[in-house]
Amino acid sequence: MQNTNSQDEPYLLSRQSLDKNPSEDISEKIVAAVLFACALVSVLTTFGIVVIIFQETFSFFQEVSFAQFFLDTKWTPLFADKHFGVWPLINGTFLTTAIAMAVAIPLGLSSAIYLSEYAEPKVAAILRPAVELLAGIPTVVYGYFALLFLTPLLRNFIPLEIFNALSAGLMMGVMITPTVGSISLDAIRAVPRSLREGAYALGITKLETIFKVVLPAALSGIIASIILGISRAVGETMTVLIAAGQQPRLTVNFMESIETMTAYMAQISGGDSPRGSLNFKTLYAVGAVLFLLTLALNIVSYWIANRFKEKYD
Amino acid sequence: MATSYQQDDSLESAAEFTDNVESRETLGKVFEVLFLLGLLIGLFILALLLFDILKDGLGRFLSPGFLTETPSRFPDQGGIRPAIISSMLLGAVVILVTVPIGVGAALYLEEYAPKAWWTAIIEINISNLAGVPSIVYGLLGLGVFNYLLGFGPALISGALTLSLLSLPVIIVTAREAIRAVPDSLRNASYGLGVTKWRTISSHVLPYAVPGILTGVIISVSRAIGDAASLIVVGAVGFLTFNPGLFQRFMALPIQIYSYITRPEPGFASAAAATIIALLILILVLNGVAIYIRQRFSIN
Repeated sequence: MQNTNSQDEPYLLSRQSLDKNPSEDISEKIVAAVLFACALVSVLTTFGIVVIIFQETFSFFQEVSFAQFFLDTKWTPLFADKHFGVWPLINGTFLTTAIAMAVAIPLGLSSAIYLSEYAEPKVAAILRPAVELLAGIPTVVYGYFALLFLTPLLRNFIPLEIFNALSAGLMMGVMITPTVGSISLDAIRAVPRSLREGAYALGITKLETIFKVVLPAALSGIIASIILGISRAVGETMTVLIAAGQQPRLTVNFMESIETMTAYMAQISGGDSPRGSLNFKTLYAVGAVLFLLTLALNIVSYWIANRFKEKYD
Repeated sequence: MATSYQQDDSLESAAEFTDNVESRETLGKVFEVLFLLGLLIGLFILALLLFDILKDGLGRFLSPGFLTETPSRFPDQGGIRPAIISSMLLGAVVILVTVPIGVGAALYLEEYAPKAWWTAIIEINISNLAGVPSIVYGLLGLGVFNYLLGFGPALISGALTLSLLSLPVIIVTAREAIRAVPDSLRNASYGLGVTKWRTISSHVLPYAVPGILTGVIISVSRAIGDAASLIVVGAVGFLTFNPGLFQRFMALPIQIYSYITRPEPGFASAAAATIIALLILILVLNGVAIYIRQRFSIN
């Protein structure tokens, strides 16, 4: 069978043996061309994103130097005293992302471990979609919940500002839990049964089997899920826009208001920055950083996940 | 690595093959509870979130005119009709655009694509697009639909932006549905001398329809909940008329955001009430998806 190795590249599954009966019918060729055009839309989308972002970013960097963008530590493009140091926005993004992952990694992994190793299959079949509902809730709802429920609750214990990185990060973590959990679950389930049985035969307990055999074997899948989760957190907009505020600060103090790259982009879009103005171009410059960052994370995650697949095929 | 004979942590883990099975099993039980707890925390927060929103918004949601009136400057007056109509129009356009293109692309990749470097590129490209943040799609929509095609900040720009956003997910799920169609079906058709496209249209597609529809509905309900890209494209938070395709527009998530950002306290319950409307819409869509999957799947 030609199919044995095809898990890596699903298109290999196309029925090539059948392609050897070329129909002379011209309409068949037209259909094939139309379908090909549909597939091209995705390539054009990427092309469009890259051209549009980098065109405007290029014109941004004709007015603002790389040094101003990457070496300055203040981000005040809307003030009279303009600074274009992107680090406060990157800092805000990483601060909320770090908090989100501190929630999503333990919750996602323990969900995955419980569903795979402990739960009855019938129970797991109900609980898995239930957890995945968390990912289906619109992110603006998490923003609402962070700002109007979680922040007032936490302010009873911690002196938080009204807008703060902590609440936004925590809610984002809950939202990303299914991303980490789902992919980790698939990775853990892909670990062959024989490995677990071998471990039991040596007399170690279930928990020790999980930590010393199953998780290490599924490690690359788990890491891929975590990186994908980070990418989601970096690109998430509404929760941080609503709950984390719009104060670009270089701080690790999660009690303060900060601003993320995405929140800045939403802020500048909502304002009145005419096309072609420098403010308008900052939208694209920040967008370019965000795009490149998430792209890199997605590629790394994809790469790690594929390496992991090879191992068990 | 000093091997000490003292009772410390490293010794305990090194002693895993010795006999204190009981304490190890107890530790196992403790962790089982911890894992379960980790699973339940998410569900608990989900329940808390829904409860909080119902508590804050149900009264406002049920107040007369909330679903049928246009927004008002006063928190306890007016409604969300333009937002509902906008969201439905957006959803309709997304379906009309993404279903043919997404299914077409999936068919091409599953049934036609040869093994070549450029099909691999399309492949990798689609999985990368699925990870591009929504707000970046907003930049694309702003550039292409608002400026290049000249639609401006109109509903059609938002709808096409959301369509591009949903496309990768639809392609991926449609491919899975098409791949699940058994080869015997195709071979039987080819055996009778039927052409490739007729085999696909009369045998493969009908078989794959439930799976495709499920994917479509899931990604449309995501699109309806998306706000970030629409903010960039230029959705407005206040509209006093029902939007048309080429007019200014809003959407339920944008209405929610606009309510949240107003300082007067009453708007919080208006936001919660709008969230209820949005969640009901998404729930109905998902219910339809589940129904279709149950009703039409061929086993």
